Amino acid sequence: MEANQVIIRVEGLEARYGGNMVFDNVSFQVERGEVFVILGGSGSGKSTMLKHMIGLYTPFAGRIWIQDDDITASEGAERRAILRKIGVMYQMGALFGSMTLLENVRLPLEEFTNLPPDAMDWIAASKLRLVQLEGFEQYMPAEISGGMKKRAAIARAMALDPQILFLDEPSAGLDPITSAELDSTILKLRETLGVTFVVVTHELPSIYTIADRVIMLDKRTKGIVASGPPEELRDHCEDDWVRRFFLRETAESEVISP
Amino acid sequence: MRITAGGHPEPLVVDTSDLAFCDGAGASLLLALRQQQESAGGSFSLRGLREETRQLLDLIEPSEGEVEEPPAARESFITGLGRDTLQLLADMRQLVAFVGEVTVQLWNAIRHPRQLRFKDVVVIAERAGIGAVPIIVLVGLLLGLILAFQSAIPMERFGAQIFVADLLGLSLLRELGPLMAAVLLTARSGSAFAAEIGTMKVNEEIDALTTMGLEPVRFLVVPRIIAAVTVVPVLAMLMNLAGLIGGAVVFLSLDFPLVTYVNRVVAAVSLADFLGGMFKALIFGIIVAAVGCLRGLQTKTGAGAVGESTTSSVVSGIVLIAVIDGIFGVIFYMLRI
Repeated sequence: MEANQVIIRVEGLEARYGGNMVFDNVSFQVERGEVFVILGGSGSGKSTMLKHMIGLYTPFAGRIWIQDDDITASEGAERRAILRKIGVMYQMGALFGSMTLLENVRLPLEEFTNLPPDAMDWIAASKLRLVQLEGFEQYMPAEISGGMKKRAAIARAMALDPQILFLDEPSAGLDPITSAELDSTILKLRETLGVTFVVVTHELPSIYTIADRVIMLDKRTKGIVASGPPEELRDHCEDDWVRRFFLRETAESEVISP
Repeated sequence: MRITAGGHPEPLVVDTSDLAFCDGAGASLLLALRQQQESAGGSFSLRGLREETRQLLDLIEPSEGEVEEPPAARESFITGLGRDTLQLLADMRQLVAFVGEVTVQLWNAIRHPRQLRFKDVVVIAERAGIGAVPIIVLVGLLLGLILAFQSAIPMERFGAQIFVADLLGLSLLRELGPLMAAVLLTARSGSAFAAEIGTMKVNEEIDALTTMGLEPVRFLVVPRIIAAVTVVPVLAMLMNLAGLIGGAVVFLSLDFPLVTYVNRVVAAVSLADFLGGMFKALIFGIIVAAVGCLRGLQTKTGAGAVGESTTSSVVSGIVLIAVIDGIFGVIFYMLRI
């Protein structure tokens, strides 16, 4: 696999919500095989950015290329072809409540392949093993914990072996141990299958563990304020706000004395 | 301690040296006292204040200088009118797009039946159909009983009790059977469709479907419409039958033999009446399912939103059924059916 190959290219993206601009003229690239993290304070447009990249929102201006296809201009069969290359894990998992975990993972296979039923079962079960959910095939989403739901959602997103996985706040609402387990799952998938990850999060420990590169969105400038590896931004970034974000400091950088 | 109106211009000193702990309410009281004193032109001081209490007072003290005002929430009448008009137009566009997409996907389902998720259709039809049988039978029986009984009383004066059978047969088969079955289905299943799909929307499951390349309309709406179209005519027939049985009970209590009742009903009702009713039921089925699904898909974010869509699915469902029933009435009259 070629190194430093660009897999997603965002060019001059502008998003609006109602009449309000969320961000303007944002451009960046994601390279194949990296874990790319989108950071930002509340209201900076992280989730909006993600929803544009997976084609749920239509941008006000700008383009998003997934490999060589422009997702913003695609429709119908073309759009479906692009969507087959990506998988998405939503914040709360978004598993279909009326189906078992196995049926959830099977669904994309049923819709997009002509495999015989037992092959589909076998693939779906192996995807669940991939995220350490062996033995939970017949459970309903309501019967498992939040962390397991997220892992099952990753298994479903991986059903068709996509090249890119988008994760929306994977650590939100998880305890530190479960969150760390999820991080190691992400790294394993990257190493073994070469999946590219685009992650929206603001969980600092998780960022240091998984992120190769981060971009930071800021609502003051309505764009990217910083980009690079997280350690570099923490130690060397010129922007005071970015450094404070990584060091978890308050505005006056004062600690209330006891 | 009590804050007296107007305050005292004399200096006020509060000795807090014996104060072991001060909670939020206590701190608010101290601040209120100081403000009263200062606005009355008096002085205020605290003696022996502990460090923790001082920090607490600092935290809750109103910030000095101008507080940034949030943007005005009120808008002019013209702005509101314009916004509502745009919203209405957007809603209408959404409705047209939805009807178009449903039509296309239904047509696709007919052309490629293998793409249809038959398992879903069966499950939904079972829940919306078989589950509704008890209430349909109950309402039908009561409807027949009441109709027959209420019309029998005035008709007795003209010795026309025998025509109660005609009245029941015609009104049930042409109007009330399909209408009541559709209204009950709206309340039972249209609302359920809206709530199910609305919850899926709130849980981002609809987004998940979309990014998996599965159109929500094909996946969720088409099976529900097909299920509803299948069950509504059956439920309407059941409603007719239950209503006629209810009427028969009244008829028998009026000392008519059952055979007279059956003969009268058969003589009064033509096949066209029955088929017209069934056709209406079919259309009502599409309306009920489509409105329920549309309202579900239109759900905004938050838990209250699901309740709103459920309510609005029932209201718009029933209104649409009434309007379309009226249109059918006119068409049938003009066609002399």
